[in-house]
Amino acid sequence: MSNAFNSLLDSQTQQSAGAREIASRLSRSRREFLRGTAGMVLGAALSGASPLVRGEAARKKRKVIVVTFGGGARDQETFAPEGQENIPNLINDLAPQSSFFTHVTNQGILGHYVATASLTTGVYETLNNFSAVPPDHPTVFEYFRKDLRRPASDTWVVAPSNGFNRIGESNSRSFGPGTGATVILPKHLLSATSSGAMPDFDHLLRDNYENPMYTPELGGNEFELQQLETILRLSVEDFKAHARTLTSPDELSVYIAKRLMQQEAPSLLWITMHDIDVAHSGAYSLYVQGIRRTDRLCAELWRTVQSNPEYAGNTTMFVLPDFGRDSDYDAGGNGFQHHRTGDAASRTTWMMALGAGVRQGIVYDEPIESIDLVPSLGAIFGFTPAESAGRPIKEFL
Amino acid sequence: MQPRDLKPEQFSSYPPEAGRLVVAHLDALRELPISILPSMLREAIDYDYKFPVERAAIESEFARLSEISSAERRDWFKDFERFSISPRLESFDWVGQPAQFTEQLSAYLWSTHQLDAYRNAAIAYGNRLQSMLRPDALPVPRLGIAVIGQGVVSYDALLFKNLRPHGTYFNRIAPENGLEMILDAAAQRARNHPVRYGHWYIDGGEEASHDSLLTCLSYKTIEPLRNSLLRSMQAEIARPGMGPEELRTYLARLTPSDLGMNPSNDVVLSRFQVKVLTEGSGTQIFSTTFAQWASREALRRAQPITLIARFAPRQRQRPMNELLSENHSGMQLDPVGSLVDADMAAYYHWINQQRLAGADRSSFLVWFEGHSQALVISPTLPRSTTSTSALNLSQLIGLALS
Repeated sequence: MSNAFNSLLDSQTQQSAGAREIASRLSRSRREFLRGTAGMVLGAALSGASPLVRGEAARKKRKVIVVTFGGGARDQETFAPEGQENIPNLINDLAPQSSFFTHVTNQGILGHYVATASLTTGVYETLNNFSAVPPDHPTVFEYFRKDLRRPASDTWVVAPSNGFNRIGESNSRSFGPGTGATVILPKHLLSATSSGAMPDFDHLLRDNYENPMYTPELGGNEFELQQLETILRLSVEDFKAHARTLTSPDELSVYIAKRLMQQEAPSLLWITMHDIDVAHSGAYSLYVQGIRRTDRLCAELWRTVQSNPEYAGNTTMFVLPDFGRDSDYDAGGNGFQHHRTGDAASRTTWMMALGAGVRQGIVYDEPIESIDLVPSLGAIFGFTPAESAGRPIKEFL
Repeated sequence: MQPRDLKPEQFSSYPPEAGRLVVAHLDALRELPISILPSMLREAIDYDYKFPVERAAIESEFARLSEISSAERRDWFKDFERFSISPRLESFDWVGQPAQFTEQLSAYLWSTHQLDAYRNAAIAYGNRLQSMLRPDALPVPRLGIAVIGQGVVSYDALLFKNLRPHGTYFNRIAPENGLEMILDAAAQRARNHPVRYGHWYIDGGEEASHDSLLTCLSYKTIEPLRNSLLRSMQAEIARPGMGPEELRTYLARLTPSDLGMNPSNDVVLSRFQVKVLTEGSGTQIFSTTFAQWASREALRRAQPITLIARFAPRQRQRPMNELLSENHSGMQLDPVGSLVDADMAAYYHWINQQRLAGADRSSFLVWFEGHSQALVISPTLPRSTTSTSALNLSQLIGLALS
């Protein structure tokens, strides 16, 4: 075999089945499992209009929370039979209440920032994954605010690391500065609360797992420290005291998100999880721990939605990975550790939609793309994502 | 610059044997597309520091490319002619820095949505080449052994979950002197079938006493190298303008002497050690990742006929910046987490072994060190089966190879 191509060639297993077949197999596996275990039914068997509530009054009250189940989880550690033990909350609690999309593909660049930016714009962005640059195309937050004339306080992003600080708004000329979402970087916030050594918070300040020593300079519309008190009604001391009780950066993110829901009740809230990406360190046990924690945090968020009067009954929550990770059998990768091969396992994921206007216990098989999320949110809220390359998912029309 | 413009003197900066090899086949290489030739040069430029199996593969590939006609070469590489390459890449010094070029090419292919098509073209070329090159017969069937769980007193969860469908699980293995028996068996194979870089022992902790015929690499032994690398990385990170791509380029250029290694050491093995640390994500901080990645790379590159990978407890997770610092004071270990890591690594060890020639005759053994659980995959043992036979490790290896 050519040395030049050792790193590019598929394994025998991969060669025997095309990428499309592998993607379909992953989708079928999720579907059969959910039908069998969670008692869900196939969406194709349903007819009639979407239950999504129409009308201006309903739209004004409508709230949407998007949670990216990041960064990068594979089927075999989640919805495949051998992975189910890692996601008991998704399977036993959330899935039966959800519409579950078994076949979501991401055809873009598989870096966490660029992929999440693509999720927010509905366009496969091509920006440098490790640069602090805004997306090239308008974000969902800009469409939402401009078309619906919503104030800045109505949409927020809670993101894991400094690299995500420009995700709230694009550099599109159609939208000016300050027309997107405010981005909160909880780790940055925690760093800012302390000067000098922070031994109590080391475990919450883990860095970008893929390039651990790279911390871009902040710029853009990120949350300022003094706003802890003015917006979140949280003193620096209380914030630090609570942070000491947490074990991971994503727990800190969820804590801030819950605080935002309590104080600002934004209509469009985007939360990006990232603990799972510890897989880049090559430690499988830490990767699985990250998945279990993210599973727990998703359920915790959903319970918060149910218990908050501003959200209960009128909120749709979407949970989806930004992408998967490399297959064990792709010779170009090293299994779970990375997402570099672009194989079917790393591109094929799922999406769960819960709550207002969503049929419960339904499994949808039809392939959709991750960039379809933005136009679907447009359909739910009533804004027009003019530059999105995705198509609204018909179940939400 | 295009491949057709290549001249012999452009390879004068290559290591001597690499330069001679490329120039000897320059007529054929000039006819290859720019989208593929730098990938070949990336391998060729390190020819002087490669393992014998790798050298033979490059020689065979280049010889084959020179043997075929121009028309055949056009046919072989027609898919690669279709890829667009940016002017910036075309003007890059891809002869002098082929590795950096291919990294940038990869990023360009991602951003222009050409990566999948490129993968397909690469697979087709690799398959075509492979079908024409016949690897030498192995002197003895390959044997892989993973020793996992050092320091774990008890573990109740299921072990070898991914491997069980492929082999026989043993639950009455006598653990006494198990590691010695494994190393003795490897030494015996090395004596009976002397192949340079053919018999390896990789240890994620401190290496046990072993025969000098085994090519050995251990986390403990390379500690000075790791510390030197971490110091070097910290210094580079602090430089203005340093970003992830620049850091990657810097790491790719590091040589053993840059990191203070003795120049009289085995140059091939020294390079291998540096590459394990500079190319393997996490190898600098977690011993389990080091052992897994070193095993993978040894199998991919040296293709040993015997490879023992022993895993030791890694340090507990801490903030990444702290893990990457040189300060190991107060380091706590995570034996159970390390067992989970190593269990998965054993699965990857087997997968990587099965990618090599002679897979249908190869055997693989994984043992929970100090305990009675083991699993063997071999052509002669049933799959998805449990055996209650009482055996020691020596007998188990004998069974695996029978």
